[in-house]
Amino acid sequence: MTVSQVVFILLSIAALGGALGVVFARNLFRAALALVLSFVGVAGFYVLLEAEFLAMVQILVYVGAIAILIIFAIMLSRRMMSSETQPWNEQWVGAVVVAAALFAALVFILSRVDWPATEAQVPADSISQLGQALVSPDFYVLPFEVASVLLLVALVGAVIIAREQ
Amino acid sequence: MDVPLSWYLVVAAALFCIGLAGALSRRNAIAVLMGVELMLNAVNVNLLAFWRHVEVVKATLSGQAFAIIVITVAAAEAAVGLALAIALYRTRRTVDVEDVDLMKL
Repeated sequence: MTVSQVVFILLSIAALGGALGVVFARNLFRAALALVLSFVGVAGFYVLLEAEFLAMVQILVYVGAIAILIIFAIMLSRRMMSSETQPWNEQWVGAVVVAAALFAALVFILSRVDWPATEAQVPADSISQLGQALVSPDFYVLPFEVASVLLLVALVGAVIIAREQ
Repeated sequence: MDVPLSWYLVVAAALFCIGLAGALSRRNAIAVLMGVELMLNAVNVNLLAFWRHVEVVKATLSGQAFAIIVITVAAAEAAVGLALAIALYRTRRTVDVEDVDLMKL
């Protein structure tokens, strides 16, 4: 086993353990902290995949913004901080069965495909290439601009929905 | 590549299924949102794993560009969803998705 495989397994334990904590924690606040652990594990995957910019964006946006936003929302509503008597609804057995069946089906399909393995290296200037591709008319300037409009709409919508009437 | 593509795919599938179970079985609206975020994360892991193992040969960056768009959508979804949860708590004093069945016949 190589070093990166060991690192991958440790990151998987962090990501999947955090995800399990999100689903099974009784206290919602602990679930949010487990979510942070899962996000950090996923950021480690990005580093292993040599997508360093995405790893930084993952830490900044998910851990720095989304997780903090969720924790804020939990703290803003007093009753949510206490441990609920029953955090899961009656269909939780069905939900677990559906999720396990989907996982089994996915792994079955994955095991039947011969996935390609490349020896190609990521170019050293991939971050500047990505920056240029995001504003180049030949590549992704349209989704980039649409994403900025989407963020503006979400900003205005969130303010209007959440403010006092 | 030291870590084969299939390892990433299996972990991403597990992450997606855990998120799905959380989104389906939780009663709290914010916990449901957390499950959705986990599912979006799993999709991003898949996108980047395929980019690294398949697409690098072609020297394009669409996997990374896709992942950035997905992160943007996730951020917008979290902002609006949490605003909805706060507005819901303010007016109905609950965030249980089972108690909010106004649009059910």
